[in-house]
Order: sequence, then C-alpha cells, then structure tokens
Amino acid sequence: MIDAVAPKQRARSAGLRPAWLVAGALAVLVATLAGLAFGSASLPPGGVAAEMLNLIPGVRLESGLTDREVAILMQLRLPRVVLGLLVGAMLALSGAAYQGAFRNPLADPHLLGVAAGAGLGVTAVIVLGAGSTTEVPVGVPMAAFVGAVTAVALTWLLGAAGSRDRTPAALILAGVAVSAFLSAAQTFLLQRHVESLQEVYSWLLGRLATAGWHDVLVILPYALVTGVIVLSRRRELDVLTVGDAEAASLGLHPQRSRYLLIIAASLGTAAAVSVSGLIGFVGIIVPHTIRLLTGPSYRSLLPLSVLFGAAFLTLTDLLARTVAGDAEIPIGVVTAFLGAPFFVLVMRTSRAVPT
Amino acid sequence: MQRRRLLTTAMVTTALALAGCAGQDADEPAATPASSAAGFPVTVGAVTLEARPEKIVSLSPTATEMLFAIGAGPQVTAVDDQSSYPADAPKSDLSGFKPNAEAIAAKDPDLVVVSNDTENIVAQLGKLSIPAFVAPAATTLEDTYAQLGDLGALTGHRAEAEKTGADMATRIDEIVKSVPARSRPLSYFYELGPDLYSATSKTFIGSIFAKFGMTNVADAADASGSFGGYPQLTQEAVVKANPDMIFLADSKCCQQSAATVTARSGWSTVTAVEKGQIYALDDDIASRWGPRTPDLVQAVADAVGKVPA
Repeated sequence: MIDAVAPKQRARSAGLRPAWLVAGALAVLVATLAGLAFGSASLPPGGVAAEMLNLIPGVRLESGLTDREVAILMQLRLPRVVLGLLVGAMLALSGAAYQGAFRNPLADPHLLGVAAGAGLGVTAVIVLGAGSTTEVPVGVPMAAFVGAVTAVALTWLLGAAGSRDRTPAALILAGVAVSAFLSAAQTFLLQRHVESLQEVYSWLLGRLATAGWHDVLVILPYALVTGVIVLSRRRELDVLTVGDAEAASLGLHPQRSRYLLIIAASLGTAAAVSVSGLIGFVGIIVPHTIRLLTGPSYRSLLPLSVLFGAAFLTLTDLLARTVAGDAEIPIGVVTAFLGAPFFVLVMRTSRAVPT
Repeated sequence: MQRRRLLTTAMVTTALALAGCAGQDADEPAATPASSAAGFPVTVGAVTLEARPEKIVSLSPTATEMLFAIGAGPQVTAVDDQSSYPADAPKSDLSGFKPNAEAIAAKDPDLVVVSNDTENIVAQLGKLSIPAFVAPAATTLEDTYAQLGDLGALTGHRAEAEKTGADMATRIDEIVKSVPARSRPLSYFYELGPDLYSATSKTFIGSIFAKFGMTNVADAADASGSFGGYPQLTQEAVVKANPDMIFLADSKCCQQSAATVTARSGWSTVTAVEKGQIYALDDDIASRWGPRTPDLVQAVADAVGKVPA
C-alpha cells in the first residue's frame, strides 16, 4: 500500500538516495549494452564496443565490422535500443504519475483506457487517410494524444470524480468499460475500412520491430516535455498523496496539479504508443517494484521509474527480438506475460489503499 | 486487402490452421462422369448437390476468380466485398471475414463457397440447408488445380475446370523454362507487410519462387514451422541475410515501394537495395492462389530476368 497516512516527515526523509540513482544508471547501462550486444545478427563484441566508442568525438577506432554490420548496429540495433529506453521511461513515468494523480496504485496507462483511446485516435487518422504510421511524424502522435486524453477523462469521470468513497477498483473498472467501448469503436471503424486493417494491426502489434532513428526523433520532444513536467512536480505528488485538503492548506491547487500531471502523463503515453504500439503493464510493474525497494515517496519514485523503466523495456525488447531467432515476438505479448501476474499481486497486496 | 494476408498479419495462428487444412480435399474422387450439365447429383468432400447450382455466393476472392475462369460466372449471384476480380463479378457487401449467415441466406443461394470455416459458417448455413463448400488456401499449385477441379465438378463445368488448370500449368512451365538457370541461386525476401511479415518456402507463395530455384531468407526464421510459414522477421535478420531481391506484396495495402524500402534506415547495404532489385507485386494477385497465378509467375520471371547472371 502507498502511504495512506504518510506524514510529511516520512516523505521528506525518503528522498532520493544516491545509491539507488547509481543502481538505476547501472541498470540502464547494462540494458543498453545487452541490447547492443545481442540480436539476430551476431556481431563481434569487440567491434560493437569499438563502434560505440567511436561515437565519442575524437575517438577513431578500427572496429573490423563490415559496412553491413555497421548498418545493422548503427541503423537498426542502436535506434531500437534508444527507442526502447525512451518508451520504457515514458510508460513507467506516466504510470507512476497516474498512480499519484489518482491516488490509485492500480492506475496504469493500459488499464485507464489511455492506450485504447490512443489506439482509436490512431486508427481514425489512418482510416481517414490523414496520417500514416510509416510516414507523417505529427498526425499519428497528436491523434494518439487526443484519444488518450479523452479516454482518461472519461475513465476519471466515470470512476473517480464526484465521490469521496470510491475504491481503486472503481477507477479500474471504469477504465475497463472505457477501453471496451473505445476498442469497439475502433473495430467498427476498421470494419468500414478493411483496406486499412493491415496497417492498423501492424501498428497495434508494436512498431519497435521496425524502429529507426526517425521514430526516436518523433517522440523525443514529447518525452522531454513529459519528463520535465512530471519530474518537476514530484514534490506535489507527495503532497497530493496526503490528501486534497492538506494539499490546499499547503498552498497547492490540488485539482490544477492533478490535471497537469494527467495531461503530461497522457502525452507521454500517447507518444510512446504512437511509435511502439500497445505495450501494457510497464507503468504498473516498474513503479511498484521501485516502491517495494525504496519506499513510496514520489521524489525518488519518479526519477527511478525513468531509469528502471528504460532498462526494463530495453531488456524486454531484447527478449522479444531474440528468443525466436530471426523472428519477432510482439513486445506487448512479453510485457503482458510479465505484467498480468504482477497486477494480481499488486491488487492482492494493496487492500487498504486510499481513494 | 486480402483475407489471407490479413489473417497472416493479424492472427498467425489462424494462418497456421488454414495451412494445416489446405489440401485436405485434394484427393476427392470425381463422383460422376464428365458431361457437364448431366453430372448431377455430385458429391465433393462434404457437399452433395442434386442439381447444377444456379445461385452461387462466393465469399472468397480466389474462389470468385476460379468460378469465373471455369465459366461458372453466370451462375454466381453475389460475391464478397473483397472479391475484386473479374470486374463484372457481382460484388456485394457480404463479408468473408465475418460471414453473416442471415445476410448470405437472404441471397437465397444454392451453393456458398468460403475459403475457411470462420465463425462456424458451414454449420450455420447447414441449419438453413444451404450447402457450403470450403476451398481453403492452397499451399501448392496442385492444391489450386484440385480446387479448380472441385469447383468444376460442383458447378457443372468439369471440362472447363480441367482445361483452366492444364492451361495454367502449361503457361507456368513455359514461363519458368524461359528463365535461364543460374550458377548461383538468387536469394529473396518476400514482404507481406511493412512490419516484415514474410512467407517461407513452405507456403504457396514460397512454392512459386522455388520453381525459379531461389532461396528464401525467411526460411531460417521459421525452420520448425511453428509460425505456420508466416514469421515476422526482425530488421536485423533481413539485412543480415542480404537478399538479392525484394518482392513487395504490400504495395497496395500499405503503399510500400522501391522508394520506401530504399529509404529505410540501415537497408542501404542490402544487395537488393544497392542494385535496385526491389519489385512491387500486385497485392491481390500475389495473395490469391487462383487462375491469375501465372501472372504472378510472369512478374517474378520478369524481375529475375533483369538481374544480371
């Protein structure tokens, strides 16, 4: 359970410990190196290391890699690893932000209907021909964002707003209903436009498979905006956890902070989803594991979610692209295999959560 | 957009099921002698027709092409929303993807042809006493010829069906023979979608390329067959395999072209990209196993012929 009666003192004492920051940075480093070292093409580790060192200005090492091997490393593997880091960081950070803003430990972009909303938005622009998942960098993320915000607003209105005694389950059930509704709308659209079916499905199943530098450039600005907004509010999240009345007494505008956090988290989720497809559960697995390890304060939770989320998704993606040899396994499948049992665990251990 | 490729992309398992049941009716005995209108009653597989069907509904683009090719076109009263060829096929809004028994029954057919039994459509139609023939996706040309024969028997066009099949076989043989043998086999990547789903040598499409002695770079990704012949390749695997040629079966659905493939980051070192050996196929022809298959073979032959020996 997250701190129902968290005294301010406790939140303060549970600031970010340098040891955890170092651990997070190490995790990112290890995941990055593993992501670069392995893949369906086996590249000599020495050559990979040399090429990586060559990225440092002034270094010029002979890697011994062929042109094709360099292309595989620099144009396929490196952007995929970087994209995995970004997407994982954003999904984990957004999940943590949602959990704080909603004061609900089960909140996750996937479970709040955000992913389904983004999916509907993307489907709509593809079907209407206003955007293509393989080309235009603006239409798809923006449509995903509009869909995501609409979905989270609906979920909130149906499941949490206007009542003091709602349980965390009410919000999640509302999310389930909103997801189902939006998925149905998406299916309806697709049935009218069968010609777009393949493009939409291939996007739904995850686009990390065809990641390139283009995708990284597309989501980088969104990632930065989300990161800056959410991370700069980490103290406010701790105060929101205590309660709205208390927050107001501390001079905070609880609803305004909450809106801003939710919109920022939705932006991050939408951007991640628009390049990576529907990858679920990262936003619940990562923040909760960190809570178990370092305590509930958002001041440490948010930065660590960024680091461990990045490492987690990169390693998951490594699994997705290597376990079946030359073939891909959709990464959403891997995260769901890990995440669904985890969700049940969180549900069973967070009986007394505040609403 | 064809259901076969859709299924492949959306639900690999379904494609597996399709491939698994393909060819099950290849050895059906011809029940009756070959004089067309007099050939009834006729039994093919699980379907028995007392008289020549005059109101046929086809829910499979391939079956539609076959029916028209064997002269049964005038008997076809409705085809599904994906049957795009021939142009005069009576297109309707019926879906072969999500077949609706009531909508089909409203056409009052005396024979329905489907490519797979999704949604238990055969049993549903059976309750309405409407015979439904399943013509599953072929995995070899022999399956195609057998299916033509089955449809010929069922529609009273046995002789035309045999001739259509024989003509196809002759034309394909001639095309294949017209392409000179190579000292080194060409390798190819066959792209079903921009997400790099492909078809291995164990599929119908793979069997076409095998006729030219070409090697398929997707084979390694599904050596065990657990992806049903339709694995999704990693980008690394394709670039590493360095195919000599790339064939695009996603030019209509997903606007892929030699230009879009060339623009993909990291692909510039692939021989097919370097030498401009990227060929867009007609999605429809490439994803059907029907009478236009020789056109596909011709397209492959033309492309192969352009590659310097």
